[in-house]
Amino acid sequence: MKKRIIAIACAILCFFTVPIMGQDAEQVTETLSAPLPAPITELTAGNYVYDDGGRIDLSWAKSADDPANITGYVLYRARKGAAFEKIADLLPGTEKYRDESVEDDIAYRYRVGTVNEAGETLSEETPAVIATWEFFNFHKLNILILALIVCGSVLFFIASAKSGRKLFIRKIGGLEALEEAVGRATEMGRPILFIPGILDMDDVQTLAAITILGKVSRVVADYDSKIMMPVSRSLVMTSARETIKESYLTAGRPDAYNDDMVQYVTDEQFGYVAAINGIMVREKPATCLYLGAFFAESLILAETGNSIGAIQIAGTARPGQLPFFVAACDYTLIGEELFAASAYLSGDPKQLGSLKGQDVGKIIAMAGILLGTLAMTFSVAWDVSFFNLLLDILNSIFITN
Amino acid sequence: MEQFWADFGIWLGAVLTLGIISFLYKDNIFYKAAEAIFVGISAGYWFVVFFWDNMVGKFWAQTVGAAPGETQWYPWIGFILGVLMLARLSNKIGWISRWPLAFVVGATAGLYMMIFFVSNAMTQVAATIRPFIQTGHMSIFNSLIIAIGVICGLIYFFFSKEHKGAFGGAAKLGIWFLMITFGASFGYTVMSRMSLMLGRLDFLFGDWLQMIP
Repeated sequence: MKKRIIAIACAILCFFTVPIMGQDAEQVTETLSAPLPAPITELTAGNYVYDDGGRIDLSWAKSADDPANITGYVLYRARKGAAFEKIADLLPGTEKYRDESVEDDIAYRYRVGTVNEAGETLSEETPAVIATWEFFNFHKLNILILALIVCGSVLFFIASAKSGRKLFIRKIGGLEALEEAVGRATEMGRPILFIPGILDMDDVQTLAAITILGKVSRVVADYDSKIMMPVSRSLVMTSARETIKESYLTAGRPDAYNDDMVQYVTDEQFGYVAAINGIMVREKPATCLYLGAFFAESLILAETGNSIGAIQIAGTARPGQLPFFVAACDYTLIGEELFAASAYLSGDPKQLGSLKGQDVGKIIAMAGILLGTLAMTFSVAWDVSFFNLLLDILNSIFITN
Repeated sequence: MEQFWADFGIWLGAVLTLGIISFLYKDNIFYKAAEAIFVGISAGYWFVVFFWDNMVGKFWAQTVGAAPGETQWYPWIGFILGVLMLARLSNKIGWISRWPLAFVVGATAGLYMMIFFVSNAMTQVAATIRPFIQTGHMSIFNSLIIAIGVICGLIYFFFSKEHKGAFGGAAKLGIWFLMITFGASFGYTVMSRMSLMLGRLDFLFGDWLQMIP
């Protein structure tokens, strides 16, 4: 009985497994006898234009068997007179490749192999192609044109200012308070603390801070007040000393200048902050000026300044730190106001002209946004050719490659 | 011995952390000590880093110490400019130190001008151009907010015209947009600072006092 049951079980097992095994065998046979894949077509190779050389762009139309019956593509390259060698394995679906391992002025030919389990089908060879460098990148022509318009405006307004034409610049709140803050420190017999941020002279915000320092130190020299400037960069220390020295010379008080007005502390961000906090609570400056590039230290500094009752004026172009200064300081120069401040304070025709020139750039930006938004809206809604054309023009002006 | 130094480090870190935190009460001797240690050690540390990175790693390794045939000439420019900075030590020739400063400022201005022009102006304008007609109501609202916010913000930063009348109204709207953005940014950053404080508390109560399992 037991044998019979086993025999029946074996029979049932064979009934189900044999057809499956047979199916597998058929599939294997089919795979082994699968045809070679269709080759790729329309293979082209060309020099990547407007670059410094060393690049060739390739493109092709995918194999007719892509993606079902291929495992990938293989790219071959040959120097003139030499044999082809493999340079890249590419995934199915790939239709282009940039060869960045070529040498300039050497002719290369390419071909692409389409691969599946049965083997590889090679495409036709491309004609010989040479990578070259170009002097001018026409992809960036729009940047040049816009930059020329803005720079031209700057030069025009500088020339206007130099010729004696009065250039109007609106009042900037924080700057009106600057002289008042220095005067307050003088009356109270306390120093002014000037913090130029924690970045070096290669940051434009530090440059703006040093320019403002020139005006502030001039007022300090005139009022015979005292300025303290702890810095975290050696180059900023040198520049600040030069600036303050010049202000004292201009004010006719070179004897009152002292190198110790500017002191290097440390490059370490929070070590610098710890030292400034100590200076604040011990020296109790009447006015604290934070102008430049600030990071996590902004709120620590501004809160400490607040706790000692100092009048505080801050200015930075770092969006992440502006909220802290706005919350804790009396006046804050927001973003571009910091850069405008130096021009406004100096009254220098060059700086005033550059400020007016930048306003031309803002008009272009506003016009671009307004026209572009309307053109894109009408283009999406009604597909009107005029708006499509306008959108294409704006794209070619503002989109950079 | 190794354990001793590990424990010593934790104790030193804890004492200095408490010294810095004690500033919240008032300026005191512990804060002054922690401040002086921090400033002194960090200044010395950065001097060593700059010396090995720049003088040895960049200058020496590419000039005098470079392998034959791999010597570069351009690090000498930086070296000469650096030596010129030392002219400040003399009153007579101190003015020469302005040259390397002028080089740094001029080169920086030239290099960054186009970078900022593209990233801060052109790319921003291109990204702001969005259609008012989109699939969802919120998308339309977003597009309106972005366009109006950017234009009014630009008007606020327009310095050639007094903020009066409709122009002044747009500028006021611009500063409202800025302040709302600052408020959101303030909250976000405060929360990230909280995580820094939690890290310190974790060190004090975990590594030092071992009250956190």
